[in-house]
Amino acid sequence: MTAQSSLNTQTGDTPLLQLKGVSKSFPGVKALDNVDLDVNAGEVHALLGENGAGKSTLMKVLAGIYHPDEGEIRIEGTPVRMQKPMDAKHMGVLLIHQELSLVPDLSVAENVFLGSLPKRSGLFVNNRELHERCGAILKRLNCRFKSNIPVKHLSVANQQMVEIARALVFTPKVVIFDEPTASLTDYEKVVLFEVIRELKSQGTGIVYISHRMDEIFELSDRITVLRDGQYRGTFATRDTDEEEVTKRMIGRDLESLAEVESPEPGERIIEVHQLGIEGEFRDISFDVHAGEVVGMYGLVGAGRTQVVETLFGIRKPERGTIRIRDELVHLSSPADAIEHGLALVPENRKEQGLVLGMNCRDNTSLPNLAEYTRMGWIDTAKETEVFERYQEQLQIKTPGWYQATLNLSGGNQQKVVIGKWLSTQPSVLILDEPTRGIDVGSKAEIHQLIRDLAKSGLAVIVVSSEMPEILTVSDRILALYNGTLTRVFKRAEITEDDLIRAITGQSADAASEPVASGA
Amino acid sequence: MKASLPMSNSSTVATDNRKRVLQFLGKHGILLAFLLCMMIFSLTTDRFLSTGNLLTVLMQVSILGTIALGVTFVVIGGNLDLSVGSLLSFATVLVVDLHDKVGPTQAIVLTIVFTLIIGAINGTLVGYLKLNSLIVTLGMLSAIQGITLIYTSGQNVDIQDQENTWFAFFGREAIFGIPVPAIIFIGLAIILQVVLLKTAFGRKVFAIGGNGVAAAFSGIYRNRMVFSTYLLSAFTTACAAIILGSRVMGSQNNVGQGYELQVLAGVILGGTSLLGGSGSIMRTVIGILILGFIQNGLLLLGYPYYAQWLVTWVVIILAVWLDIAAKRGRLLNDF
Repeated sequence: MTAQSSLNTQTGDTPLLQLKGVSKSFPGVKALDNVDLDVNAGEVHALLGENGAGKSTLMKVLAGIYHPDEGEIRIEGTPVRMQKPMDAKHMGVLLIHQELSLVPDLSVAENVFLGSLPKRSGLFVNNRELHERCGAILKRLNCRFKSNIPVKHLSVANQQMVEIARALVFTPKVVIFDEPTASLTDYEKVVLFEVIRELKSQGTGIVYISHRMDEIFELSDRITVLRDGQYRGTFATRDTDEEEVTKRMIGRDLESLAEVESPEPGERIIEVHQLGIEGEFRDISFDVHAGEVVGMYGLVGAGRTQVVETLFGIRKPERGTIRIRDELVHLSSPADAIEHGLALVPENRKEQGLVLGMNCRDNTSLPNLAEYTRMGWIDTAKETEVFERYQEQLQIKTPGWYQATLNLSGGNQQKVVIGKWLSTQPSVLILDEPTRGIDVGSKAEIHQLIRDLAKSGLAVIVVSSEMPEILTVSDRILALYNGTLTRVFKRAEITEDDLIRAITGQSADAASEPVASGA
Repeated sequence: MKASLPMSNSSTVATDNRKRVLQFLGKHGILLAFLLCMMIFSLTTDRFLSTGNLLTVLMQVSILGTIALGVTFVVIGGNLDLSVGSLLSFATVLVVDLHDKVGPTQAIVLTIVFTLIIGAINGTLVGYLKLNSLIVTLGMLSAIQGITLIYTSGQNVDIQDQENTWFAFFGREAIFGIPVPAIIFIGLAIILQVVLLKTAFGRKVFAIGGNGVAAAFSGIYRNRMVFSTYLLSAFTTACAAIILGSRVMGSQNNVGQGYELQVLAGVILGGTSLLGGSGSIMRTVIGILILGFIQNGLLLLGYPYYAQWLVTWVVIILAVWLDIAAKRGRLLNDF
């Protein structure tokens, strides 16, 4: 990595913020492994990596939420030790959270100064000073809204502005943005970028975390790439291009994918014809054969989750038909769907997948308790036996069936969810974001498992927002944009450009039939 | 607001031990409290541990306890049932009044049916219409009180021929020296504990209370399950009413007033989480027994009857606090 050593010495000044050889482990996974990062005054330093690459962990280390196991953090050249988030704040390092942490019913000003409200005689809130000071900050951010309206009346973008305003109360040296554009429209994004440039021109150091290439190349001065918790180099933005950093980030060339052979698909298991729900998605038609993995890819809001939830009887379709083994079915509840051999590993395993307080075995038997029950009586020996079978097959790491799923790691929790659905002996297995928030090792295992399950004759649908994941597991890919199916790719014919065009509504098919844009 | 806590890297042996003690207290605190209660009262009074006194306590808590069995299911399912107090008044008035009008067997059957109808209304509103259970059952509490008063026109009811009815069996008789109310209470407790732990029904109740969304995603009909738990609490309330009616052979309009909170106190004391998803019938029984022993012990010590209300409150706060402390691993939160 010659590039980064020359870059570090390029500016004569001491960097505002400097991380050296930072490592952080959690039980079972090394989240950060010897990572370096430095941020200069007036610089936007982008942090790039896939989900699970360690970006969020690194950010939490910077913000004093986690303590590194090894390594050193320096602020303006002085080694520091942050014990708690407040320490980071006082040292001038501020984190703009990905999830908003505002109090919806309080006013903008109250939210901005929450915890440091200006007081009069130490008891009453000094409203005039509060709104004056808040007004000044909002002006700096070019915000048009008043400081006295409740935050809940603001758009998500403006709420994000309030988060930023909150950071400016402390005149920070370094501001960390964690995927700030995740829920913004294009226009709001432009406003945000202006604010970031403004901060930059005032000499603030910016860490910008994202996995969106276009933003990073538009905004940043330097890019640091992380993969699997490891430092993959720092690049000056103007000296590199998307291809180079993508390779660093994914660690694999797209071409190599096509070499994995797709098996001969078996009989058609499920066929969806012109499925639609007003305001969610429309005209969705596709089929899945036994032994085949079909990937469903699209941006947040493309309607992926809505489609699979409809297949699973959670939402009622307004139009269209679903056939299973050529038989027309009406799925009005998950129980119906299970009856017809469908299984859904849902998007959010903690909220939808598991009863966290319950043990592994009881979670496993939940979707088909009737199988274990005679005259209302549960055969617990059979339950244990079935769980232990899947525990072995899926390599679920737990001391035993009696362990509450709460105590398992994310990867093992997900395996319990998968085991739970395999135990229903489904013919169609749907996995929605199967590896979200899972460590890298388990991720690879789950990908392999998905391939193996298809090979054993299941029809598999995988929904994901991670391109590498979709490319790794799928035989065919359905590209969704704005509630419509824009294109279907066969594995052999996929190129990244086409795929990106299809999910942003620029594919040939979509062009001939213009679709209203997302704004 | 969800704040991620900083991980303390100064976890010494001392804090580890304290955590373990707290966890032990959280897990077995209720049993310790129970034994402590027994010890204090048996040391400070000479009559407390006598068989006669213990049976009296068991008899006294049987009405409260029987209701609490059904309510435990509702609470594990993630809801509340505050209507049981006036439902008890309603059912007791009904069974006593109908006893002389249509005969004991019919009276019992009709009482159970009418009580179940009210349970079904609760269940429909909370389960199918997804209304907040606190509001539904609190409203039902006063609605049923109204219905009861309309039914009796404000008069108390009683059974005329109290000596010659087999209805006396439920509240006044004993088998092998054990009062029938206690037998009904303990019998139902054993049956319902088995139902809770060993049947698909019980498992599903845990699932909907633990995580209703995940349960629904697993094909469990949440609405049906919630509905069933309210039927169950109505049923055990009807059983309690039969015991009460049989013991008193008459009833006031407001005989069950305040029971809803005492029942809930027993359930919480037993460690059933108000958030749903965890709990046990046996622990509810112990919780109810603690309430009974406190009441009895204080009386034996010569305190006035109403002193128990204060003491009960203190005991519940202690129990809930210890439970939370055990989960957090420390006694006081520093922010």
